[in-house]
Parts: sequence; structure tokens; C-alpha cells
Amino acid sequence: MTDPVLSIRNLNIDYIGAEKDFHAVKDVSFDIAPGEFFGLAGESGCGKSTIAFAVSRLHRPPALIRKGSQILVGGRDVLALDDNELRSFRWREVAMVFQSAMNSLNPVLTIETQFYDVLRAHSRISRAEARTRAAELLKLVDISPDRLSSYPHQCSGGMRPRIVIAICLALNPKLLIMDEPTTALDVVVQREILQRIDVLRKELGFSVLFITHDLGLMVQVSDRIGIMLEGELVEVNDAQTIYRTPQHAYTKRLWASMPKLHGEQIREGAQS
Amino acid sequence: MSDAILALDNVSKTFGRGDNPVYAARSVSFGLHAGRTLALVGESGSGKTTAARLIMREYTPDEGQLLFRGTPLGKANAKALKAYRASVQMVFQDPFAALNPTHTIRYHLERPLRLHQPKLNAKERTAAIEELLTRVKLDPALLMPKYPHELSGGQRQRISIARALAVNPQVIVADEPTSMLDVSVRLGILNLLNDMKAQLGLALLYITHDIATARYVAEDIMVMYAGQIVEWGNTESVLTNPQHPYTRLLLSAVPDPDRRFSDTRFSEELNRIEIIRRQSALPQPETREVAKNHFIRPMPE
Ligand SMILES: Nc1ncnc2c1ncn2[C@@H]1O[C@H](COP(=O)(O)OP(=O)(O)OP(=O)(O)O)[C@@H](O)[C@H]1O
Ligand SMILES: Nc1ncnc2c1ncn2[C@@H]1O[C@H](COP(=O)(O)OP(=O)(O)OP(=O)(O)O)[C@@H](O)[C@H]1O
Ligand SMILES: [Mg+2]
Ligand SMILES: [Mg+2]
Repeated sequence: MTDPVLSIRNLNIDYIGAEKDFHAVKDVSFDIAPGEFFGLAGESGCGKSTIAFAVSRLHRPPALIRKGSQILVGGRDVLALDDNELRSFRWREVAMVFQSAMNSLNPVLTIETQFYDVLRAHSRISRAEARTRAAELLKLVDISPDRLSSYPHQCSGGMRPRIVIAICLALNPKLLIMDEPTTALDVVVQREILQRIDVLRKELGFSVLFITHDLGLMVQVSDRIGIMLEGELVEVNDAQTIYRTPQHAYTKRLWASMPKLHGEQIREGAQS
Repeated sequence: MSDAILALDNVSKTFGRGDNPVYAARSVSFGLHAGRTLALVGESGSGKTTAARLIMREYTPDEGQLLFRGTPLGKANAKALKAYRASVQMVFQDPFAALNPTHTIRYHLERPLRLHQPKLNAKERTAAIEELLTRVKLDPALLMPKYPHELSGGQRQRISIARALAVNPQVIVADEPTSMLDVSVRLGILNLLNDMKAQLGLALLYITHDIATARYVAEDIMVMYAGQIVEWGNTESVLTNPQHPYTRLLLSAVPDPDRRFSDTRFSEELNRIEIIRRQSALPQPETREVAKNHFIRPMPE
């Protein structure tokens, strides 16, 4: 087996409180293989974003990662990186599309400048070279290079997350983290974007950590899925197996509360 | 249809003017019937909430009319309008915004009861509140003294429903009532809506972009795009045998765990998104019955 792109072992994260600490992530361990699409699902507040922030080393106080936790990306110890190493780690190793990707572009800069800032921070590149590269990246997500001179507000709600994704791919990261990148979007636009990501990761070979509430979507698009409950990772398996033959009672309960689009309807009376 | 409690008859509503009109409702007609749920589905901006606001009389139609028990609302007197307002209640998407943070749950239910049934004494009112909370499957003793922020999202949405029921409505318009709730809580609310319909004979308009939940609650469904209802009728027929290209596009994009992304058999329409959107946005005045109780407005050739 090839070495995993991401390897998490015994990850424990607390939110430090004035009176009491809150144990938000409890002894979580899982791997993501090269090129793999990994889905992380679970109800609001179960700790999904907390994990995503820790993996990209973007967590801030009051979040505190406990001693003994381990996060390896491409074999490197992420939690031991110093500021200098961190700069080259971000975007190059791991890039993250945040929950509310719609708003994570800088409103006062053109799309071109936002590409340039990321490219320039990591390599010596001229404005013209950056422009060519940005145009290529936009094409990957089906956006015309004409858009480079636009400001974010001039782009539609469906275009903005795609632009964020294109910027994330600028430095060929090994791992793309997407935290609910499409929740505010229409199903048709959402489908277009995720279908595109699915093709790109096969072409370019990056792995994806995809976080969502939408279990149906997660089963459709992921290779493997992890289910979280109150900070714990309760079940991990490949998507079809976890969908057809869930093992954990909570996973079974989640599937049982998902109305079906075709065929026999789920039984009423699953608890509320 | 004549036996509808509430009907929209060829209602149109346009926002903006000149070069940039937004057709939020275009010749929209449908009826809501006692003991039945009609789902209205469509993408963001298609005009779903506009339909709800027209029913709640927050917007007045540019053209067409609303009928209540067969009588045009335009001709109704003040008394009839008051009756209409009590008969038609709304449940909103965001259960938190819909409740006042400074008041207890008891207060939230007491107010509509005072207005609607002024003859009740304090004891009878308390009994009525307890009955409402029991109806939405909450523990009255536990919930009455609480404030909205002390409740979970699902509990808050149950309170919104209880409050809507407090005035004995005949019609409930629910605009995305579960889209902000977790999956495990969602089903409880859907079951509650199904119970209300069956036990109280309510007519429900269920607005959503989640088509799987529409199938769970609604006998009939309407698919809206750019203010037009492009396909409508029996839910099973529309979902298993969609005829309008836009409905097919929408259905092929809906998340569905039984269809892998890599399986391309289902995504023909996804290659023609732009064309389908453009064509579906054009006026489609004709109506064609494609199966029993299943209609489309065919796209212009
Ligand atoms: N800054 C903070 N201080 C204290 N507690 C926090 C903080 N951020 C998050 N938490 C708590 O940690 C838990 C996990 O939060 P997290 O944002 O990771 O959840 P999530 O699974 O991403 O939820 P959602 O699906 O709603 O985005 C929650 O109970 C949350 O209330
Ligand atoms: N008061 C208003 N003034 C101007 N435009 C409006 C107004 N209300 C709605 N619109 C426009 O009418 C169209 C339909 O809006 P509506 O809110 O009915 O859509 P919707 O189907 O409910 O969308 P969503 O799924 O996002 O809630 C949109 O383009 C919207 O911007
Ligand atoms: Mg989150
Ligand atoms: Mg709406």
C-alpha cells in the first residue's frame, strides 16, 4: 500500500473555557490515501470543522491540540512545523476551502490579484506568468479567463466557490480540504462543481477531505466515509459498504432518517 | 379546482423594471386541498418564497387573483380578510429568527390564543397551550417556562408549528421548514407535518429544494423555474417519469446515494445545462397532460 497523504492518530482537541474545557475532538484516527476522496459527515457541532482547521494548522485559541496527537501530511509532522515551514506548507501541501466559500474572496481585489498573491508568495513569478497560470486554473473549473479582471461581487454565487477552488489548486496541493463548500448553492450548481472536482482529482492526483451535512451527496461522491458523533469518529469504511451495511447504531440511524428519492420509502417513526 | 380551500388563479408578479425584470411568478395557478400536501420545489431564486408571500398577502399580484373557498380575495370585506388571515398560517425556514428571544415559550403560544379565542379563561388557556405542545410532541411542563435560546433547532421548529396551530388554521404554508435542521431532526418535523395533515385535515403547501423530503410528505408536486411552474402533478409520476427537460436536469443533479457520480447514465441533462436553463426561462404558455394528473408546460421549439 502506498503511504497515505494524510495520517491522523489519536487527535484530541479541546476548546479551553473560563470554567470548563470542552473536549471537541476525541481520539480521532484516520488516513487518506493519495487521490482519495474522503467524506467526513456528522451533525452540527460534532467537530468536523475543528479537525479541518487543525489539519491545515489554522486552529486558533481557544482551540488546543492535546499532547500525543499526531497529524502527518506526506509523512511530515504538521504539528511540529515552525512559522517558516508553515508558510510553504499552506497552499503547497494543504489548501482549504472554508465553510462559506462564497465570502472568502477579498472583495476589494480583482480575481487576478488574488491568484497573483498566492502564486507570488510561493515562487518567483512575474505578473504575466501569474496571469497565464491563473487563466489555466480558471479553465479547470470551467470559468472564462475574462473573469480575471472582475471583482468577486461581479461573479455569480456559483462562480465564487469555483474561483476559490481554482486558487486552492494554484500550487498543486496534495490535499484539498473542502468544508461545506456548496451548502448555500443550488443543487445543479453544486453538482457541476463537485463533478468537476471529481474529474480534477483524478487528473491531477490530489486527495480531498470533503465535509458536509448532506449524506446523500457524500455517499455519491466519496471513496471512503467517516461518520462522527459528538467528537468521536464512530465508523469509517468505503462509501458503498458504509451505505449498504452500516455497522454503528448511529450510522444506521442517520441512514434511516434520510427520505429516499426512488423506490421504497423509509419507514415512518424513526425517532426525532 | 373548485374544492380547493385556497387557490392561486393565473397569478403573476414581476420585480424590477425596464431592461431587468425579474419574473418571480408567471401565470401561477394551483389549489390547496384539505388533508393534502402540495410540494413546491425549485432552485434558489425560482420564485418559491414569492408564492408563499403572495398567499400571506405580503405581496399583491400584478395579475391574477387568490381565491379562498372559491371567493376572490379582492372582493372580500374586512371580516372575511380577518378570517383568511387566521385560516392561513406560515412556518418559516429559520426557527430562531421566527421566535422572540425575550419571551418564554408559554408567551409565544398564549398570544395567538388570546387573540383568536378571547373567551378562554386563564385555566382554559393553559390547558390549550398544553394541548398544543403535546400535539407537537413536546413536554408541556418542561417547555413552557423556557426561552427560545434554551431549545434545540428541532424543538424551536416544533414551537413554530404549535404557534401556527394555535389559531386553528385550515392552511399551513411551510417555507423550507427543515433546511436548517440536522438530518436526524428533520424527519421528526416531516412526520409531524404528516400527522397534522392527517389528524386535523389541514391543507399544506410544502416549499423546499430538497426533493427527497418533498416525496416523503407530498401527494402532489410542482417544479418551478424562473417563476413558472414547468411541471406538476402526482408526486410519484413526476419523480419517476419527469417530462420537462428542466425537471430532468434538476432530478439528475439532486444528491442521491443510490447513484454514483461516476455512473454517467443519469447525467445526460448535465451536459446541456445552459441550453435547458435558457429555454426553460422563456414563456411557456401551453399546458399538456402527459399522464393522469401529470402536466408540463412544453418548452417552445
Ligand atoms: N471557538 C470556540 N470556542 C468554544 N467552543 C467551540 C469553538 N468553536 C467550536 N466550538 C465547539 O466545538 C464543537 C465542534 O465545533 P465544529 O465547528 O468543529 O463543529 P462542526 O462539526 O463543524 O459543525 P457544523 O456542521 O455546524 O459546521 C461544537 O460543539 C462547538 O460548539
Ligand atoms: N421584494 C423583492 N424585490 C425585488 N426582487 C425580489 C423581491 N422578492 C423576491 N425577488 C426576486 O424574485 C426572485 C424569486 O425570489 P424568491 O425569494 O421567491 O425565490 P426562492 O425560490 O424562494 O429562492 P430561495 O430558494 O433562495 O429561497 C428572485 O430573483 C428574487 O431576487
Ligand atoms: Mg463546521
Ligand atoms: Mg425562498
